[in-house]
Amino acid sequence: MSTMQFKIYRYDPDKDNAPYMQDISIEVDPAIDRKLLDVLTKLKAKDDSLSYRRSCREGICGSDAMNINGKNGLACLTEISELKQPVVLRPLPGLPVIRDLIVDMTQFFKQYHSIKPYLINDSPPPERERLQTPEDREELNGLYECILCACCSTSCPSFWWNPDKFVGPAGLLNAYRFIADTRDEATNARLDDLEDPYRLFRCHSIMNCVEVCPKGLNPTQAIGKIKEMMVRRAI
Amino acid sequence: MSKITIPVRKFDAVIVGAGGAGLRAAIQLSEAGLKTAVLSKVFPTRSHTVAAQGGVSASLGNSEEDHWHWHMYDTVKGSDWLGDQDAIEYMCRKAPEAVVELEHFGMPFDRTDEGKIYQRPFGGHMSNFGEKPVRRACAAADRTGHAMLHALYQRNVRANTQFFVEWMALDLIRDAEGQVLGVIALEMETGDVVAFHAKATIFATGGAGRIYYSSTNAFINTGDGLGMAARAGIALEDMEFWQFHPTGVAGAGVLITEGVRGEGGILRNSDNERFMERYAPNAKDLASRDVVSRAMVTEINEGRGCGPHKDFVLLDITHLDPATIMKRLPGIREISIQFAGIDPIKAPIPVVPTCHYQMGGIPTNYHGQAVNPDGSTIKGFYAAGECACASVHGANRLGTNSLLDLLVFGKSSGDSVIEAINADPKGLKELPADFADRTLARLNRLNTQKGGASVNETRLEMQRTMQKHCGVFRFKDMLVEGVSKICDIEKAVHLTEIGDKSQTWNTARVEALELDNLIEVAKSTMVSAEARKESRGAHVRDDAPDTAANPNGRDDEVWLKHSLWHREGNRLSYKPVNLKPLSVETIALKTRAY
Repeated sequence: MSTMQFKIYRYDPDKDNAPYMQDISIEVDPAIDRKLLDVLTKLKAKDDSLSYRRSCREGICGSDAMNINGKNGLACLTEISELKQPVVLRPLPGLPVIRDLIVDMTQFFKQYHSIKPYLINDSPPPERERLQTPEDREELNGLYECILCACCSTSCPSFWWNPDKFVGPAGLLNAYRFIADTRDEATNARLDDLEDPYRLFRCHSIMNCVEVCPKGLNPTQAIGKIKEMMVRRAI
Repeated sequence: MSKITIPVRKFDAVIVGAGGAGLRAAIQLSEAGLKTAVLSKVFPTRSHTVAAQGGVSASLGNSEEDHWHWHMYDTVKGSDWLGDQDAIEYMCRKAPEAVVELEHFGMPFDRTDEGKIYQRPFGGHMSNFGEKPVRRACAAADRTGHAMLHALYQRNVRANTQFFVEWMALDLIRDAEGQVLGVIALEMETGDVVAFHAKATIFATGGAGRIYYSSTNAFINTGDGLGMAARAGIALEDMEFWQFHPTGVAGAGVLITEGVRGEGGILRNSDNERFMERYAPNAKDLASRDVVSRAMVTEINEGRGCGPHKDFVLLDITHLDPATIMKRLPGIREISIQFAGIDPIKAPIPVVPTCHYQMGGIPTNYHGQAVNPDGSTIKGFYAAGECACASVHGANRLGTNSLLDLLVFGKSSGDSVIEAINADPKGLKELPADFADRTLARLNRLNTQKGGASVNETRLEMQRTMQKHCGVFRFKDMLVEGVSKICDIEKAVHLTEIGDKSQTWNTARVEALELDNLIEVAKSTMVSAEARKESRGAHVRDDAPDTAANPNGRDDEVWLKHSLWHREGNRLSYKPVNLKPLSVETIALKTRAY
């Protein structure tokens, strides 16, 4: 057992006039409490008002994204032994806070929905599956695995400034997921939609998104490929 | 007489749950133009379908000959003959169409060299009525559930489905005639309580693996649909049957797909022996899950476990080509590194059987309509996916049949709702005057409770009790004691106290309300298990051993029947298994061996 120090952002609009940072310490057993989410669960057992989202606890549902010692990440995949103390926990930056570590993700999902995140193919479907070569399918690797946790978009200064106009790294990665899919027939319309000073071109390749993605995906690269396609179709 | 009123919103249909089954049903209803509300405790792509890994079964025959009838045979055999053969035939026949449709929705399946959907071997999938393993599991790497859930959500975005995200359904509304008229739900952000008044209600609330201490399930898998159904007087079917997945990461409980063994992975004990050859000479590591889990526990109990405490076995893929691992099992590699601290390319993964799936649930027919014990339908009520019991999984589910179940019965329940509403377009019955009383009393009790039990402690006690008294192997005395323990814990559940009284995003309140549901599931499980005095599928007891008269301890003469647990009076009744398929001959009772 060892004691761990935390500084956690707390705010309950029902009773707090303003947010504050709460100092908490807790006994942890490094053999059992390996991930940050394990320790949060322990903290919540002591104070049930500590509020955060969580579900799968294995890094696939994308619920427990938060700002951990200044960097966005998933609590369930963050090894506590690697954290500098006191561990500072804040809600994801740039989105309105509802309570404690819970943010309002409306704007994030609005941008995701704006890229028409579904296969567009109006040709009558065949009786069986549409065929796709293994090579063409491989183009989707590194794209379809996005878990919509919002770590990337909420670490992006361009998204902080223009969350209503800039699609953001998560949305753009998903846009490219459909552009790159040989079964999708709307490539031109998708490129038209993004050819806009804000929707795509607010990306200045700062690459915070790449650094924080808990799934190891590379939105900047996907954005680069979209830009490349725009150039190629212009000439 | 009711004094307090709550806001009422009217819909054609309300779907509770936005995992695979709820989203598949929602596509049907939205595309048919019905006014539909989909309620979910989490944003849809966070539902636990997302964690499914290995595949979805369909006899597409993309790599070798396959037939839906063989799939049906495997499913009946996997179920240890407790599955209803009409529902099983329906599901297996519909499988190719359901999977192809999903591909058309945009699902990024892996591909064969010919560009068709990639299929891999899986536990219990055999060709020619049990002869040899067949490639039937359609996969997107080892992220099939994630790819499927996102594809289904995306199709719903296209269909403009109306979602109520982070709303928790609290209770079913039923009138004096037993017709279901919607649900009462809590908006988590505001604490508002609203009635969703609908002509049809579909439950797709998923599983309840969190009744156990060690589970592959997410925090949200708290059996909300089952709790609501039980409180509304609906019996729960076959609750004693829980699947323990052979390969959860030791200590962490995180799932490692059976697809690992499908791709060639081998289970080994402390002697480095491939022990499954002794238990299932034909299928070996790809025997049915109940068989493999029992073999693993037997190895551990007999002292051949691995590690300092000899309490796990090893899943070995170090002999596979690293390129295959990177291509077909990239997620498993990530999980092993994250949660076991080992790279499976270099070292075997420590695994133990872990609670994974509930075979029982809300009784339905294969149209997704909820049914009374006599087989008549419960008007206005439908269920699909893990919360439902059609019953296609019987006493043990085959791997990949859960994702298939979501697609097939999500769709059939949606179609049944469309048919019912078209037949009676006006029929929105009035709500009874006291429809919200019971729910509001429960919320009020929670707001004012003093000196009660902690939610966390009470839940832990329930989970430990289930784990100890109702696990992979079951013992008569432990079950009897387990029933009385769970009944004691139930009393504490009804007196839980929360510190957090805020109206805004009160997760303490949500967890207390979830515990109300978990305890119904735990109690129905323990009581049904104690009563079933035979061994069948995942339910194996010490006092029902393998004998000449009852091979594997299965007693068809007495126990070839479904259990029905009634909350009122904590009693059981039984109904016959449907052994008559829709078009083919009955798959005759046989001793199960792999």
